[in-house]
Amino acid sequence: MTRKQKRLSVILGALAFLGMATGLTFYALGQRTSFFYMPEDLQTAAVPAGQRIRLGGLVEAGTVLRGQGTDVAFSVTDGTDSVKVVYAGILPDLFREEQGVVTEGAFREDGTFVADSVLAKHDENYMPKEVAEGLKAKGVWQEEQ
Amino acid sequence: MVELGHFALVLAFALTLVQSIIPIIGSQRNDARLMAVASPVAVAVFALIAMAFIALTWAYVVSDFSVRNVYENSHSMKPMLYKITGTWGNHEGSMLLWVLILTLFSALVAVFGRNLPATLKTNVLAVQGWVGAAFLLFILATSNPFARLVPAPFEGQDLNPILQDIGLAIHPPMLYLGYVGFSVSFSFAVAALIEGRIDAAWARWVRPWTLGAWIFLTGGIAMGSYWAYYELGWGGFWFWDPVENASFMPWLAGTALLHSALVMEKRSALKIWTVLLAIITFSLSLLGTFLVRSGVLTSVHAFATDPTRGVFILIILSLFVGGSFALFAFRAPSLTAGGVFQPISREGSLVLNNLFLTTATATVLIGTLYPLLIEAVSGDKISVGAPFFNLTFGPLMIPLLALVPFGPLLAWKRGDLYAAAQRLSWALGGAILATLVVMIFVDRTMLFAALGIGLAVWLFLGALTDIALRSGFGNTSFANMRRRFFGLPRSAHGGALAHLGLGVALLGIVATTAFQSEHIVALKPGESADIAGRTLRFERLTPFQGPNYTEDQARFTLISGNREVGSVMSAKRLYTARQMPTTEAGIMTRGFSQLYVALGDPTPDGGIVVRIWWKPMVTMIWLGPLLMMIGGILSISDRRLRIGAPARRKVPTTLQPAE
Repeated sequence: MTRKQKRLSVILGALAFLGMATGLTFYALGQRTSFFYMPEDLQTAAVPAGQRIRLGGLVEAGTVLRGQGTDVAFSVTDGTDSVKVVYAGILPDLFREEQGVVTEGAFREDGTFVADSVLAKHDENYMPKEVAEGLKAKGVWQEEQ
Repeated sequence: MVELGHFALVLAFALTLVQSIIPIIGSQRNDARLMAVASPVAVAVFALIAMAFIALTWAYVVSDFSVRNVYENSHSMKPMLYKITGTWGNHEGSMLLWVLILTLFSALVAVFGRNLPATLKTNVLAVQGWVGAAFLLFILATSNPFARLVPAPFEGQDLNPILQDIGLAIHPPMLYLGYVGFSVSFSFAVAALIEGRIDAAWARWVRPWTLGAWIFLTGGIAMGSYWAYYELGWGGFWFWDPVENASFMPWLAGTALLHSALVMEKRSALKIWTVLLAIITFSLSLLGTFLVRSGVLTSVHAFATDPTRGVFILIILSLFVGGSFALFAFRAPSLTAGGVFQPISREGSLVLNNLFLTTATATVLIGTLYPLLIEAVSGDKISVGAPFFNLTFGPLMIPLLALVPFGPLLAWKRGDLYAAAQRLSWALGGAILATLVVMIFVDRTMLFAALGIGLAVWLFLGALTDIALRSGFGNTSFANMRRRFFGLPRSAHGGALAHLGLGVALLGIVATTAFQSEHIVALKPGESADIAGRTLRFERLTPFQGPNYTEDQARFTLISGNREVGSVMSAKRLYTARQMPTTEAGIMTRGFSQLYVALGDPTPDGGIVVRIWWKPMVTMIWLGPLLMMIGGILSISDRRLRIGAPARRKVPTTLQPAE
């Protein structure tokens, strides 16, 4: 190989590598990201059972039911609609009634949301950012002191 | 005292303007008197910022609640240690710390850079001055830590409890030393572009600064990871959280810079690339500061959500990133290219390293910013989490890690891949053996985990092979080998140790991810649960009153083979000032592995939900970075790298045996 050919093959190799990395990145962005919904959005958006999404809202007062061992059920509401969520595991420290929460998981065939993670990630007002924005958009946001 | 601090801050801002303008005029006109302004001003700015920082710390120590910042983040009942560390546990204080470290680095360049060419040093200090002035303006305009409250409240609101921790006392300063340390590499790069001249000596000056910043960043990230592991009670060590990514991107780019600066120093090749990488690394540090401080991304760390701050930092970010890239585009063609090399050579392997690391940085960058982009374009809110990064970052890292042991064994200019592979046959044998052992004795179903462990062993043995070969293993007597071993340059030991640390960390990550066992169970006092062949007995639950919290402490005894091997305490804690509960995980270290116990909610029948993990080899995840840091320190202490150290010929005191 001449020097020029060698240099060309190195550059082509690097480009092929970058192309692969780019392809993989876009594939992963298409497949491995999950969308965020509030209960009311689910009335219009058709989310098939089994598709991973994130569901956010407030923990509806009086809906938290503790079952056997670590099973727990509660409803997530945005003031308009509410969705029943079941979860097995330890709830985060900041999980409380009428506080913001983000759950991640998928719908079962019967319309119950099976969460495999429950986050009460929060800012200083104990409110996840997406939930706060969603509630503000719906006009049910109340400024806390 | 507080007013003194505020005054010092304003004065420091004025002086950074002087530092930004006067010296650069001097270096353009070749006026030595104007250029001489840079060093004393840089030192003075540092002294002023230090004074401001001490004033703020003092306000925290005496709980001066007339200062808004203290009121919002402190409490008179808080332990003294956390009063002091609370100084930088909030937005305003941490920005002050950021600038303190920046000016510290400028002062260090001013004091220790005596041997630098005068124009280069002047320009470097001026660029540091620009960065400092921008951030001081930011502090004074949007986040003044010295703002007063009238009337002064009687009691403060307390620091966010999860930040009241010794890990968080050390983590931000280390992280900032890393982040901001890269500003020096950046300033050197911009100064070189301004001058339009760059040589191998430039790389020799830049490398120790980059290395120093890299050491701190490595430590900061590892410390933050360990903090998240034990404090958040989720038992995870890395969440691909945007804020973690924000510190990880400069680390990846900085690691690439470290390697490309090596090529530049030794072979004066890759000059333009190294300059570009230095700019990218600091740009990513600035981006990290923006992401963390603007609150545009949802994260456990997002504390500041004032939009004006975000906009301000975004302006700083675009000015510096845009400006430096424009300067680069304008000036880079005037930099001369250096030595040539074959694709298979030490240089070639380092180019490959850079290709992988920068691509990996890009994927992390895309994953971190993609949700912002989608939200801006379509309004949809999405989250990019671990699955994305596992699919993109993972495949990029595996080949890179597999190639690491080859690099140091290839010669400069033209290497022999076949010979290198032959020398690594022992390491390869060890790696295959480790894979087989895991497959046969641990778990037959986990092929990928076994391969991962094999890869870790490959890295580990590869680093040992490198050092053994350099010491003349197999070619010479043991005594001779020992002498050669200690006679090797420290940077050789440092590099091998860092690669070894990479293997150790990988071993910890793979073993913990693949082989940890988790058990969630509701227990009453006296009941037991089984975990990884051991038994954990729940003894009792007792209330406890701390200085600014109350907690329920649960005590457990670990039983292994009918023998009590130790006890562990886990607690649910309530910080009274903020009425905020936290989980204090109980951790017991056995060898390299750990038992991790976190408490959940009480059950209606008088028990408590307990989450128990057995995490094999988990401590290696943080021992690895520790080894990398030690490697970095060894390397930085190498005589060759110390700035201004004259090349001293060692006079042999005894006759050397012929080899």
